[in-house]
Amino acid sequence: MSPANTPVPVASKPPTTVRFRNWIGNNLLRIYAVLAFIYLLLPVMYTFVFSFNDSGKSNLTWVGFTWNNWANPCAAPDVCQSVINSISVGLVVTLAATLLGTLIAFALVRHRFRGRTTTNLLIFLPMATPEVVLGSSLLTLFLNILVPLGFWTVVIAHIMFCISFVVVTVKARLSSLDANIEQAAMDLYASEWQAFRRITLPLVAPGIAAAGLLAFSLSFDDFIITNFNSGQFTTFPKFIYVADKRGIPAQAYVIASAMFFIALAIVLIGQFAGRRRKEG
Amino acid sequence: MAIAQAIGDTIEDQRTPPPDPKKRGRFTPYLLLLPGMLWLAIFFAVPLVFLFSTSLQTPVAGGEVGEFEQTFNFGNYVDTLTDEYYYVPLFRSFIYSGIATILALLIGYPLAYMIAFKSGRWRNLLLVMVIAPFFVSFLLRTIAWRQILADEGVVVGALRVVGLVGETGGIYPSALAVITGLTYNFLPFMTLPIYASLERVDPRLIEAGSDLYAKPFTGFRKITWPLSMPGVVAGTLLTFIPAAGDYVNAELLGTGKNSMIGNRIQYEFFNVRDYPTMAVLSFVLMACIFVMVLVYVRRVGSKDLV
Repeated sequence: MSPANTPVPVASKPPTTVRFRNWIGNNLLRIYAVLAFIYLLLPVMYTFVFSFNDSGKSNLTWVGFTWNNWANPCAAPDVCQSVINSISVGLVVTLAATLLGTLIAFALVRHRFRGRTTTNLLIFLPMATPEVVLGSSLLTLFLNILVPLGFWTVVIAHIMFCISFVVVTVKARLSSLDANIEQAAMDLYASEWQAFRRITLPLVAPGIAAAGLLAFSLSFDDFIITNFNSGQFTTFPKFIYVADKRGIPAQAYVIASAMFFIALAIVLIGQFAGRRRKEG
Repeated sequence: MAIAQAIGDTIEDQRTPPPDPKKRGRFTPYLLLLPGMLWLAIFFAVPLVFLFSTSLQTPVAGGEVGEFEQTFNFGNYVDTLTDEYYYVPLFRSFIYSGIATILALLIGYPLAYMIAFKSGRWRNLLLVMVIAPFFVSFLLRTIAWRQILADEGVVVGALRVVGLVGETGGIYPSALAVITGLTYNFLPFMTLPIYASLERVDPRLIEAGSDLYAKPFTGFRKITWPLSMPGVVAGTLLTFIPAAGDYVNAELLGTGKNSMIGNRIQYEFFNVRDYPTMAVLSFVLMACIFVMVLVYVRRVGSKDLV
């Protein structure tokens, strides 16, 4: 079998056909992706458009264009209070969950100890448990030991389901780092604490920041667990759920759209800063 | 994208063994673990015990609504599971979330593939666009779907022009609308882990495959797909589990005929205040999910992962 006579499958067809087929192949994927993005972003666009709707009490059908909703986002009763509540819960939860989760991630990646498997299981289980079960079981606890529902029960619940996500995020970053760098620092007479503070922490910081952002957005957007454990306390998602029965004010759409652009800006700035740091 | 990778890592763990703890204190790891694990023990594990105990209670004779006493009545499980009012929504939950998971895989895999291999310098922006919907409240997005799919909405309007639907559109409320919402809400959870594992695939492997006369599809089937399996497993679990327990989509996009198990649990708690039945349903849901996850991970694991 001489190589010259062996028909090569690709060469046996006219190159234009191959190129045409590749073009179709590549662009079929692109067209598919564009459709997928339309599917993903359609409700977001709907929310944005309807934030300009000059609606009365209920923002369901298009009435006319207005800037008023954006000029007075707090005009509808209780909207802004619920947002303030959500942000306060989110900040406390982010601080606590990020701290607790980061400690666990360090233990799991940097230490060898008995009970690793159990620890990993206990981290994984809350993520594998449906929210209704998390919410209802925690509420049974609160009802049984007679804890009044409100701000703090919501905070407790949110910290509980955010910890696992923080652990997983920080762990991913930490395990991609070379532990020998710390060893090298300590060989150069840095104490363990100094090596941690000057070497490890700056390197893990992006992972911790990502985990914090994740915790905040999980907390801010949670409805099911909050609904079980909040009593009379109202967060932004709960406000929307309750308001939906009698008509959601357009101001809620304004706040959701504003949150969307703020979060997008934070992520894009973060990515840009990350790229600058890499290049510089 | 740390988050994307992190979600991908949820399932596969411990690739890097921890370093030798020569210089470290023996109790340091436990001190690091203590606060967080204590939190999870008190507010995740203990409540499950309370929930189980509640599931065995019966109403106090002559008591008020919502008053129960512990009688270790395992019959609660039999009573609840043989009642059509409960087992039908339970089946429905798994059917809806199963379909939604398959749809999310069909949409999410090509999307992740495109972002990983064909997006060039747009990659980061496209990734952000996948996460972007998260930033608008989950409830508002679901309500937006209700308006979009409603008879006077865009989708039905467009279909009516084409002639695919009659005067009464009938997409909302229906099973189709619920599944559309479920697929939509959990699509990023499917796409990100798959992206994270595709991103790690060395393109030289695929090149090597085509150098050895593998057709593009064969190359995909034999190289890319097996290597992306951890992402597919993570993505399907992260879609299926929350979708099976969700009740917001069924409530906002369906009717009583589309109720899922989450709706029943929620209703028993807030409206009927029948806590034992609620607890039974929660436990059965959790048990079903664990069994399915175990079977699934075993099957996929033995066939493709090893």
